[in-house]
Amino acid sequence: MLGPFLTLLLLLAAAPALPGIATRTRAALTGRRGAPTLQLYRDLAKLLRKNVVYSRTTTPVFRLGPIVVVATVVVAATLLPLDGHTALFGFTGDLVAFTGLLGLGRFALVLAGLDTGSSFEGMGASREVTVSAFAEPALFLCFTVLVLATGELSLGGMLGERLAAVWGSTAPSLVLAAAALFMLALAETSRVPVDDPATHLELTMIHEVIVLDHSGPELAMILFGNAVKLALFAALVVSVLVPLGRLQPWLAGVVMLGGMGLVAVAVGIVESCMARLRMNRVPQFLVAAAALAVFGVILLLR
Amino acid sequence: MSGLHDLLLLCVVLTNFWVLGTTRMSSTIRATAIQGTLLAALPVALHPGWSLHMLGLAAGTFLVKAVVLPTFLSWAIREAAVRREVEPLIGFSMSLTLGAMAVALSFGIAQHIPLPESASSLLIPVALSTVMVGLLVLTTRNKALSQVIGYLVLENGIYVFGLSQVERVPFLVELGVLLDIFVGIFIMGIVVFHINRAFDSLDSTRLTELKD
Repeated sequence: MLGPFLTLLLLLAAAPALPGIATRTRAALTGRRGAPTLQLYRDLAKLLRKNVVYSRTTTPVFRLGPIVVVATVVVAATLLPLDGHTALFGFTGDLVAFTGLLGLGRFALVLAGLDTGSSFEGMGASREVTVSAFAEPALFLCFTVLVLATGELSLGGMLGERLAAVWGSTAPSLVLAAAALFMLALAETSRVPVDDPATHLELTMIHEVIVLDHSGPELAMILFGNAVKLALFAALVVSVLVPLGRLQPWLAGVVMLGGMGLVAVAVGIVESCMARLRMNRVPQFLVAAAALAVFGVILLLR
Repeated sequence: MSGLHDLLLLCVVLTNFWVLGTTRMSSTIRATAIQGTLLAALPVALHPGWSLHMLGLAAGTFLVKAVVLPTFLSWAIREAAVRREVEPLIGFSMSLTLGAMAVALSFGIAQHIPLPESASSLLIPVALSTVMVGLLVLTTRNKALSQVIGYLVLENGIYVFGLSQVERVPFLVELGVLLDIFVGIFIMGIVVFHINRAFDSLDSTRLTELKD
């Protein structure tokens, strides 16, 4: 029980470094020095010391948003077998709970955005929900690949030792699922082809515009929640691509952390060589991810 | 479910998705060039005996499908100044979905086709899905150049189908097919060029309107 708990703590502690690694990679590839890799830790520390300012139009729904965001991603993280063997919690069908938790966090954030009464935030909220409506079926298709490959219905089972056992024979489907998961990671954590974390022009923002009114510790919670979400998807990609179940738990944990760093580097590379997609092309990007996952499913059904 | 040829066949399907999902002409042409390269590598991967027949087929395919035709198509988009497919009959998300369904359908059909045993169980379904994707591009895109690319993808599917029977098909027939495709694409390119000159556009829907 202690092992999964420690890896979970390690994941939560390491998560804020991932966006830093991504932006650092992007800066390095475009010939700039860039912000320090650990900048998000400093931002979080700074924000935690500040006061919260609320607009007069907001209600408690607005305050609930960030809390739900952090709570849902942390609970979702307990469902993943981060050391490649056991998850902290697990039950049959917890992959639906995982997706539902991520959806709940997004829902709370969108409600908080709508609660401010600003038309810009309402627009961002509608876009965020559009992206999510396309991303969620694709995520379920990726899970379908894993379920078919391993015959397990819990995340702890299908990403653990069972996956390592069938890893060789189902490699093509798993690679396709991992590619789809990576595309979903970009969409879910508002990275470049879908959204730009650095933009500050209201008309083009998706995620950033919803959190415009949040301040102080609440903004810190949202930033932290988003970083953990990136870490979750990175962990999914790594555990699909690498048969962690064959390794010792401590070694698997180290591989997992290193792999998550590599995924963040890949995010940075994608960000530096791709422009943002136009809003009406975003669903197409996510449908492409779903098509990859469908192809993976078909290969397994043969 | 392993081996180099299966990997190549999977990549062929991925390039199909790429053709279906991109708006930029140059990107679609790049996708067909990559598909051509994959197809050229396929006969060698399927029959690693280094026979003259296979090497000739691979070299010919690479030359025609991966070098000459993409270069020619790139020249055509430069001459006709078409950059992207603006308004296909059905949207890009929809055509990707249809493409995924075509792949599912062809994997379903392929199990029921009574054919002599071929080198890879993926050959027939990949061939069928490539033909279907080619047809989809051919029928749902408006720009004449996209339709040429659809025809090329369709031909690639037929080529993959032919590979499953490669021991029974003489070399000359295959070369003839390659030449056919080459001439076909060439004529289409010239037609496209003339359509562009006459109508100032490559939109084939305009061809249905009468002009005096």
